Amino acid sequence: MLRFIVRRLLQAVLALFVLSVLLFAWLRSLPGGVVSALLGERGTPAAAAELRAQLGLDDPIFVQYWRFLERALRGDFGISNGVYRGEPAWDVFVQRLPATIELSIVAMVIALTLAIPLGYIAARRKGGWLDTGSVVFSLIGVAVPVFFLAYVLKYIFAVQLGWLPPSGRASVGINATHITNMYMLDGLMTREWDAAWDAFKHLILPAVALSSIPFAIIFRITRAAVIDVMEEDYVRTARAKGLTARTIRGRHIMRNALIPVVTIVGLQIGALLAGAVLTEKVFAYQGIGQALAIGFERRDYPVLQVLIMMAALIYIVVNLLVDIAYAVIDPRVRTK
Amino acid sequence: MTAQPTADPALDRSARTAPLLAVRDLTVTFGRGRREFRAVDGVSFDVAPGQTVGLVGESGCGKSVTSLAIMGLLPARGNTIGGSATFAGEELLTMSGNELRDRRGRDLAMIFQDPLSSLNPVVPLGTQVAEVIERHKRVSRGEAREQARAMLDKVGIPDPTRRLKEYPHQLSGGMRQRALIAMALACEPRLLIADEPTTALDVTIQAQILALLKELVQDSETALVMITHDLGVVAGLCDEVNVLYAGRIVERAGRHDLFARPRHPYTGGLLASIPRLHEERGRLTPVPGSVSDNIPWEQGCAFAPRCSSAIDVCVQQTPELVPDPGHGPDRLLRCHNPLPAPPTAAGSGQPAEEETP
Ligand SMILES: Nc1ncnc2c1ncn2[C@@H]1O[C@H](COP(=O)(O)OP(=O)(O)O)[C@@H](O)[C@H]1O
Ligand SMILES: [Mg+2]
Repeated sequence: MLRFIVRRLLQAVLALFVLSVLLFAWLRSLPGGVVSALLGERGTPAAAAELRAQLGLDDPIFVQYWRFLERALRGDFGISNGVYRGEPAWDVFVQRLPATIELSIVAMVIALTLAIPLGYIAARRKGGWLDTGSVVFSLIGVAVPVFFLAYVLKYIFAVQLGWLPPSGRASVGINATHITNMYMLDGLMTREWDAAWDAFKHLILPAVALSSIPFAIIFRITRAAVIDVMEEDYVRTARAKGLTARTIRGRHIMRNALIPVVTIVGLQIGALLAGAVLTEKVFAYQGIGQALAIGFERRDYPVLQVLIMMAALIYIVVNLLVDIAYAVIDPRVRTK
Repeated sequence: MTAQPTADPALDRSARTAPLLAVRDLTVTFGRGRREFRAVDGVSFDVAPGQTVGLVGESGCGKSVTSLAIMGLLPARGNTIGGSATFAGEELLTMSGNELRDRRGRDLAMIFQDPLSSLNPVVPLGTQVAEVIERHKRVSRGEAREQARAMLDKVGIPDPTRRLKEYPHQLSGGMRQRALIAMALACEPRLLIADEPTTALDVTIQAQILALLKELVQDSETALVMITHDLGVVAGLCDEVNVLYAGRIVERAGRHDLFARPRHPYTGGLLASIPRLHEERGRLTPVPGSVSDNIPWEQGCAFAPRCSSAIDVCVQQTPELVPDPGHGPDRLLRCHNPLPAPPTAAGSGQPAEEETP
C-alpha cells in the first residue's frame, strides 16, 4: 500500500514536471515572445530591452527554465497584467480557489446523490419506464453543452421566475465573516445562517449546471455496473445464504458496483474543472474558472500559468486520492 | 441369497423415513411461445434426512436449474416453474420471499461450482462466513466471528484466525471451496445442495473436498443432494443416484445397483467414461454425439439419436419412468430397450445386492 502510494506520487511529480516544461515552452513560443506579451501595447524597444535583461531572457534556455521552475515552486508566477493588474498571479489563484472548490463539491454531491441511487434503481428495473426515462435524461445530460444549460437555468429560474440570484457568490448587503472563503461553509461555521443561506442560493444554479455531465456519466456507470454485478455468482451465493435484501444490496452489490464508479468520479474532476470555466463565466461566479476565462480573453499569461499549473496539480492530487480510495475498496489492488 | 426380513426387499432408507425434501413433477420453462424451452421436465425425487442423493448428467441437462428452482434462486423473470418441492412438509415453490430467505442458509444451503466467482472478491472471508451466522442465529457480531473462525477450522482451513481477514483471491481453489462449504454449513442446515462442487478443482483437491463433504454430512446427519456430471464423484458418496437426460430422469437406482447393473444405455455410457485418477481429464464426451442431436421428448426418447441400443419404438413413443421389472419400486427406468442385466457374479468388486434376481 505504501509502495503503491509512493509510486503514484512519483508519477504525479513526473507529470507535473512535464507540464511545467510544456507551459514554459508555450510562454517562449508566444507570438512576439514573452516580452511583448508582458508589456502589451506599451512596449517600447528600450522597455523591452530592459525587461529582457530583467527577466534574464538572454541566459541559456535551461537556466531560464530552472529559474522559472524555482519561482513556480515558490508560488511566484509573476504579476497579473490583465483584469487583476498589479496583483500577484498566485494571489489571484489563492483567493478564488475556495469558491471553485465549494462549487465543485456541491455539484459533485448533487451528481452523486442523484446518480448512484437512480443508477441502482434503473438497473433493478432494467427496461422499465423509470430505467428508460433515466437513460434518456442522462443522454440529454451529456449531450447539452454546459454553458447552454447554464444559460437556460439562469433564464428560467433567475430571470423569469426570480427564485434564485442570477450571478455572483453573495448578495449585496450581506455582511459575512470569511474564514475559508467558501461562503456557505463560512456561514455555517460562524452560524451566520442568513449568509449561509444566501451563499447556498447563489450556488444552486451553477452547481446544477456543473453537475449535469458528472451526473449523467456516474448514473450510466452505476447502472451498467449494477446490472453486471447482479449477474455475478457471488450475489447468488449471498441470496443462497438467505441474507436480507439490504445486506445483499449494500455489501454484495454496491460494494462491487462502486469500484468503477469511484474511478469515474476521479476522471470527472477534470470535466468539473473544464465545466467550471463555462459555468462560472455564465453566472459571473468568482472562482478560478471565471479567472481562467477572463485570463484567456485578456492574455493574462501569469494568471493563466498559475491557473493551468494548479488545475493540473489539483487534478493529479484528486486522482491520487481516488486511486487510494480504489485500493481501499478493492482488496485485489491493495494486496497485489 | 440372504433372506429378507421385510416384505418388500427393495424398501430402502428413503422409503422408511419421511422425506425431508420431496420434489414432485418439477418443471422449469424458460421463454414463451415458440421460443419456449423446457430445461427441467417433470423431475421427481425424495431426499431423506441424512441421505445423499445424486443428480447426474451431462452439462445442460438441467441439474443446476433443478437445484436453483428448489432454492428459489432462479431469475425473477423469464421462467415458469411448475410442480412442487416440499421441505419438511412445507411447499417451497410458492413460499413468500421472506419465508424463503429465513430458510435459505439456515435449513437449506447450497454450494456452487466455481469457488472463485462464488465468493465476493471485496469482502473478507470472515465477514462472508459470519454474515450467514449473524443472519440466522441470534448472536452478537463477535460471537458470529468466533463461530466463523471455528467453522473455517472445521473445514480444514489452516490458520483460520488469519484467514478471517483475507480475501478470496488470496486463497487457493481448494481453500476457496472449503470456505464456501464453511458458509453453507455454518448454521447446520438440514439439507445441503452441492452443485458440481469439485468440477473447477484439480483431481487431488477434488478427492479431498469430496472426503470433507462426506465427513461433514455424516457427522451432522445432513441430507445432501450431490449434483455432478461425473459418475466417479457419485461412487463414493451417494446412497441413491438419479440420472438426468434433457431435463428428465432416465434412471434411478441405489449406488451399488447402478454401478453393477446400469440399465439405461446413457448410464452405461457415463459409467464407461469415468475418469481414472492420474489420467488426463479432457472435456469428456461420455456418449457419441451431443445434446444437439436430441429429439423432443414428445416424439420419443430424447436420447434415441445417440443411443446404440435404439430401436424403432424409441423414436415413435415417449418412454415412461417406471419401476424396472425385477428390481422393486425404487429402481426406476425410462427406456424401451434397456441394457441387459448382467449375471449376479459380475466380479465388479461391488458388494452383492440383496434384491438381485
Ligand atoms: N436463465 C436461463 N435462461 C434460459 N435458459 C437457461 C437459463 N438457465 C439455464 N438455461 C438452460 O437450461 C438448460 C439446463 O441448464 P443447467 O441446469 O444449467 O444445466 P446443467 O445440468 O449443466 O447444470 C440449459 O440448456 C441452459 O441453456
Ligand atoms: Mg450446472
